[in-house]
Amino acid sequence: MLDFNSAKRSLFSYVLAGLAIVLMTFNLLLIFIVAPTDAVLGDIQRIFYIHVPIAVMSFLAFFVVCIGSIMYLIRRTSYWDRLAHSAAEVGVVFVTITLLTGVVWARPVWGVWWTWEPRLTTTLILWLIYVAYLMVRSYAPNRSQGSLYAAAIGIVGFVDVPIVYYSVQWWRSIHPAAVVGPLAESGSLEPIMRNILLVSLVAFVLVFVWLLQQKMAIQKASDLLISISHISDRTRV
Amino acid sequence: MSDMIGKGILVQGLCKSYGNKPVLWDLNLEVNWGEILVLFGANGAGKTTLLRILSTQARADSGTIQVAGYNAKRQHQNIRQNVGVVAHQSLMYEDMTARENLMFYAKMYRIDDIKLSVEEVLVRVGLESRADDRLRTLSHGMKKRLAIARATLHDPKVLILDEPEAGLDEVSTVNLGNLLYEWVQKGKAVLMTTHNIDIGTNWANRVAILSNGAINEIDSIKVEDIKRKLYGNSMRPDVNYD
Amino acid sequence: MLTMTNNFHVFAAILSKDILLDFRGRDIIFSVPIFGILLILLFNFALDVTPDMVDDLAPGILWVSFAFSGVLTMNRSFVREKEQGGLEGLLISPISRDIIFFGKAASNFLFMILVEFVLLLALAVMLGFLVTSWVLVLTIVLTTIGFATLGTLFSAIAVETRSREVMLPVLFFPLIIPILIGAVEVTSEVIGGTSGAVARWLPLIGIFDALFLIICPWLFSAIIQE
Repeated sequence: MLDFNSAKRSLFSYVLAGLAIVLMTFNLLLIFIVAPTDAVLGDIQRIFYIHVPIAVMSFLAFFVVCIGSIMYLIRRTSYWDRLAHSAAEVGVVFVTITLLTGVVWARPVWGVWWTWEPRLTTTLILWLIYVAYLMVRSYAPNRSQGSLYAAAIGIVGFVDVPIVYYSVQWWRSIHPAAVVGPLAESGSLEPIMRNILLVSLVAFVLVFVWLLQQKMAIQKASDLLISISHISDRTRV
Repeated sequence: MSDMIGKGILVQGLCKSYGNKPVLWDLNLEVNWGEILVLFGANGAGKTTLLRILSTQARADSGTIQVAGYNAKRQHQNIRQNVGVVAHQSLMYEDMTARENLMFYAKMYRIDDIKLSVEEVLVRVGLESRADDRLRTLSHGMKKRLAIARATLHDPKVLILDEPEAGLDEVSTVNLGNLLYEWVQKGKAVLMTTHNIDIGTNWANRVAILSNGAINEIDSIKVEDIKRKLYGNSMRPDVNYD
Repeated sequence: MLTMTNNFHVFAAILSKDILLDFRGRDIIFSVPIFGILLILLFNFALDVTPDMVDDLAPGILWVSFAFSGVLTMNRSFVREKEQGGLEGLLISPISRDIIFFGKAASNFLFMILVEFVLLLALAVMLGFLVTSWVLVLTIVLTTIGFATLGTLFSAIAVETRSREVMLPVLFFPLIIPILIGAVEVTSEVIGGTSGAVARWLPLIGIFDALFLIICPWLFSAIIQE
């Protein structure tokens, strides 16, 4: 029936928001003030502290989409559907930011806007799969079919992404890029850089969880509203 | 027939919504063995939805549904084996002949003697002469008759028919009526929807109306009573509502 | 009742019905190979293919043509079912959804192989690209299995959405990139390119196929009906 609880603001969401704000502020301070300027790349390197956690978050989001999709297909409750949908919406934002920050970094550092290196390429494909997921939801003839079809995409897509990554990596080893830039992430990281990166990661995890929870609450509220509007339909003349 | 379990159709508390819009709720329905139940209802009342749920084409949100004694949630394959369906769509392939279509479905229903069953059913609906013509070339009425043939091919215990008489000529309509009558004489069950009140009341053992998401049964099978229930007080005596 | 041979008969019936309709319908039997040949033609002009470039470009041209023709094939198959109500008819029959999936995937697979054979001939004639190799045949078979498996699932979804012509490519292409890369690399090696490609990519394609041959039928059963 009508369950209003999960649509309300709860103590949990306030605490979460508070923590996220505090930690993110601290994080930004660390990134822009405390972190040392990279000897080779200069200040532009700081984008790395944002790019990497957000990239990790986009993959995490897709993992949540996959779990939600599997559970939805098994249990068919709207909670799992909402979880998958919300994670996909938040995830697509994160992937877009990943791609944009990647491009912004690539230009000054490598001299090109884009390169077909495995991580970037896989991220692009991930973006395409997210977009297909959301497209299927909105182009389906009705909501429940849309949820089912999207669940299939969420599962198949998630299974495929690692395969895509490895195949691009192998392909890349045969066709190396014209520009080989310093891929700082896998190189040597000074301890302080690593620590800031970790802080940033935690901050973004909090932001992700908060966004996810907000989106789910909004979705739930919207569903409730529609249910209420149909109550009058059920009265018998 | 001794192997009939339960009732032909038994529905209790069925609810179905599309998205958040409820279509059927708290719906109860019974069709006994050896009985034809004719269901009337205005367009959009949910008749097709109900039939689709009973034929396992769609799933109900909640409620107990038994068809031919089998539970719709757990034994849907059993239901499918024992139900014959005539739906709005033709369910058959335009580029294949009548005989090819029936033979294909005979394999789907795992019938033992395919040739025999197909010939029998073609004769029963009077299509032997056109059996090797492609469906494209058949008239609408003939396609309807073929649909009825398809529905009865595997000798199901329950027939679920959505406006089966629509588009049929006089002779074919009478044939269909006879077929249904013979069907229930053998102890089987039929659920049928129609907009034709005369035919519906003639053929029915019992009559029901689907409105406001649930079933109302009617005591008499008088045509005037049914018209009044369907169209309410807005009926005008001088207009023919058929 | 639900014995192995019984299931096989149902599968065979669905497969032969689809093949029969493909030939009788006369829609995809002509249009898809012609489309594929047109693609090769376009590539020839757009890439300005000269005889010395053929070996470099042909594998890519081949597999892109295969992929696009495959999409056309699979789209048509489910559109026909939907238009004539065939799929509903199958769904209310007492057969398992897995068999429906395999029947459709098998018919898609066979048709794609046929088209690919025609396109190989076309490529041989138009660009002088002639390869006879069992490894290539194996690659084509394995990769087409991958195409058919994912493509059948996605076309069942796409046919129900609006903008269905676009929906299938949008779903299909990103996900088949691994086997597309593999197929192109193996094809390159077969005509004398870098070595080691076969040993590396064929297992990848095989694993891809095995994985999705398990997942896709299950997903199909789960989503095909409300």
